[in-house]
Amino acid sequence: MNQAMTTAFDAAVIGGGVMGCTTALFLARAGMRVAVIERDALCRGASGVNAGTLTLHMTRAALVPYAIRAWKMWMNTGAWLGHGVLATAAPGLSLAFTEHEKTLLQQRAAARREYGAQIDLLDRDAALAVEPGLNPAVLQAAYCATDGFASAYLTGRAYHAALREAGVHIFEQTPATRIDRVAGMYQVSGPDDAIHIDATRLVMAGGVWLEPLLAMLGINIPVKTLVNQLIVTERMPPVMQSVLSIANGLLSMKQFANGSVLIGGGWQGIGDRERGGVETVPDNLIGNLRLAQHVIPALAKARVARIWLGLESETADAMPMIGALPGLANVWVIGCVHSGYTSGPYMGKLLAQAMLGEEPELPLFDPARLVVPAAALTQSHREKTE
Amino acid sequence: MPDFDVLVLGGGPAGVNAALAASAAGLKVALFDENTAAGGQVYRAPIDASVPLTGGRQPGDALRHELAQSAVATYFNHVVWAVTTDYRVDASGPAGPMHCTGRALIVATGTTERVVPFDGWTTPGVIGLAAATILLKSQGILPGRSTLVAGCGPLLAAVAAKTLEGGGKVEAIADMAGLGDWGRTLPAMVSRPDLMLEGFHWWREIRRAGVPILSRHTIVKVEQARDGLLATLAPCDAAGRPVAGKRRSVVADCIAVGHGLTPSTEITRLLRAEHRYSRQAGGWIAVADQDGRTSRPRLYVAGDGAGIAGAAAASHHGTLAGLACAIDLDATETTQFRSRVPAVRQLHVKAARFGRAMAQLMALRPGHVDSVGPQTIVCRCEDVTRAEIDAACDAGAHDVNQLKAWTRCGMGPCQGRTCADVAAELLAARVHGGLREPAGCFSARTPLRPMTVEALTGDFSYDDIPIPKAAPL
Repeated sequence: MNQAMTTAFDAAVIGGGVMGCTTALFLARAGMRVAVIERDALCRGASGVNAGTLTLHMTRAALVPYAIRAWKMWMNTGAWLGHGVLATAAPGLSLAFTEHEKTLLQQRAAARREYGAQIDLLDRDAALAVEPGLNPAVLQAAYCATDGFASAYLTGRAYHAALREAGVHIFEQTPATRIDRVAGMYQVSGPDDAIHIDATRLVMAGGVWLEPLLAMLGINIPVKTLVNQLIVTERMPPVMQSVLSIANGLLSMKQFANGSVLIGGGWQGIGDRERGGVETVPDNLIGNLRLAQHVIPALAKARVARIWLGLESETADAMPMIGALPGLANVWVIGCVHSGYTSGPYMGKLLAQAMLGEEPELPLFDPARLVVPAAALTQSHREKTE
Repeated sequence: MPDFDVLVLGGGPAGVNAALAASAAGLKVALFDENTAAGGQVYRAPIDASVPLTGGRQPGDALRHELAQSAVATYFNHVVWAVTTDYRVDASGPAGPMHCTGRALIVATGTTERVVPFDGWTTPGVIGLAAATILLKSQGILPGRSTLVAGCGPLLAAVAAKTLEGGGKVEAIADMAGLGDWGRTLPAMVSRPDLMLEGFHWWREIRRAGVPILSRHTIVKVEQARDGLLATLAPCDAAGRPVAGKRRSVVADCIAVGHGLTPSTEITRLLRAEHRYSRQAGGWIAVADQDGRTSRPRLYVAGDGAGIAGAAAASHHGTLAGLACAIDLDATETTQFRSRVPAVRQLHVKAARFGRAMAQLMALRPGHVDSVGPQTIVCRCEDVTRAEIDAACDAGAHDVNQLKAWTRCGMGPCQGRTCADVAAELLAARVHGGLREPAGCFSARTPLRPMTVEALTGDFSYDDIPIPKAAPL
């Protein structure tokens, strides 16, 4: 099959996660002819397998203003996406069990408050009043009402329908293997040249695969791959009603309406962007579960139903890259947003605003700062990322 | 330094013979099974001596005896919940969690029974043919005072005959296969006259008891009635689709139903060995050579888990995998193990010919799956109906993992073991013109069986938790 699209697209988005899909959605709503090109299925990478936490407690302080706006988008998908992901508002508690964690909790709450997060510190009794299932050994908790969760696995279905309704052309199971300049256009090719997609504008939104994708355009930006472990239990009677984390950010936990409890927090498994998540590290699995059980002792009796791994992308400074790529006309990048699921839709909306010539509501994150000259990359990058 | 040379997962005829062959070659072997004793499903051991003896137990006893005499370290009552690519096996046993490593891994995990859903299949009292077998063989308990046996394959006769032998009543046997289908297996059956005679013996007992046998009939509905379960049976065509004709009602307090077996490939899929789809072999199977070598170094499959060929073939296939493992690990300087291979291969081929003829009767019938009603539940863990699966397919779900995310089909505690084959068949028919390969199969995930949190965490204090460094602020 040699498929050449007869008409060029106004924009081709490479990478069908939350950020790429939201960008595509707003571009299409503004009248552009848009293609989304995805190596697997829409939102089956990080966007579909993450913990679904919609929280400010784990968001980097400088991203709090973005996350607050994105949180509102998630809680009101009917207004802009048209399809839901079971987004649920719930109080968020970040916990301290040691004096050291108490200090950490206070510092982190203060830093996030400076960026607009309404976070209050609660003593032990007040924390137990919010979450009676907590281990009473808790010393202090940071409380935030802007918190909650979604069922991330529904993200693909929601965006699939929304993009179709907006007239976006979806190319799934289509990894981009080459990008050429052809007659003033960008041409994205699939494996064995089985498909060519021409577009005036390009959006690079490939998550952990951004590094090799940007390399196709001759741009070297190292992207680190985190291999996050996630654990879900079978359905069980209610054991928690808030979204729980600990001071240093290494736990996230919530119970869905169906009774299953999802436990994450970024404990690492084995994998990489070539092979995906390969396997869990048993010690990390046990560590993550011990932490969860320490926070909510009733979890001891829960049955673990499934463990999986999700890949998260991170830049050298752990801040996003969102904006026009240097030295190339009409090419933008979006990705590597810490707690990216929480902030994703708002980031996509901002990039669409910029691409449409509007002033984005909040500043973007210039990717130029992250470009590494090719020579320097080969020397120092590998040991840093692997 | 690994704890063992070879880890064998599964203590059925394949696993035990693999362990025995590898152990005889001087390798240090450990065998794991979640049951209390070796035997697997076909040679299942009674739980204790009080279970009344039913016929056909001798091969199982011989197998258990031989294993007990060997140097194989056995871990019964151990539920394996994780296997890693460096062949570390994590299990939960009577003494708590444990793990060990091996240089090689032999997977002999047998099969899972398939039930093609019909209205009421999740009603209490409707059980699998395999479940009925466990009750009869292991516990010496009749599945019901009166039992309807339905589905396809040789298990129909086995369950009915053993129920009668135990003093139970069999209301009827509804067999999706016709006499002609059985007739076509005759040439293969004569390759194992012993097994053929066993089958004839079962059917003779069933005839003698006057049990009605409904050929080319399938169960279409089960309802709760005042005096038991009311099953509706309909005639069906060769593709398993109910056709016009007289519906029959049967009342029984147990309905034992099974529509064939699918190989249990969770572990080889978890380890990302190459797999292929084979309808005749029961579904997705690991790509392997005739001795069970997979696409991964030092990973072997043996028995029905490698493709349905029956218990007799599984014994020889296990021996072959054990020998292949011994040869690959350079266990022995002599050629005696290498020289055994051709004779065992011959025995295996002969037994497999019989088993594959039986498997043919149990292969998934496309018309049967197509006849599942829109409101019938396909995924019983998550209550996902056929109509919801169809809607997801129409909305663009392209493979079963996308389907899983969109509908929760296969997300429940059974990890999709029960619904995977039927869900994939539905998606393949609706999206890929019936081709199963592009529909894919559910990603295998740990834990291989649900595990309680406390079984994994054990005793600990907060200070023992190796909390990683803080996330960036």
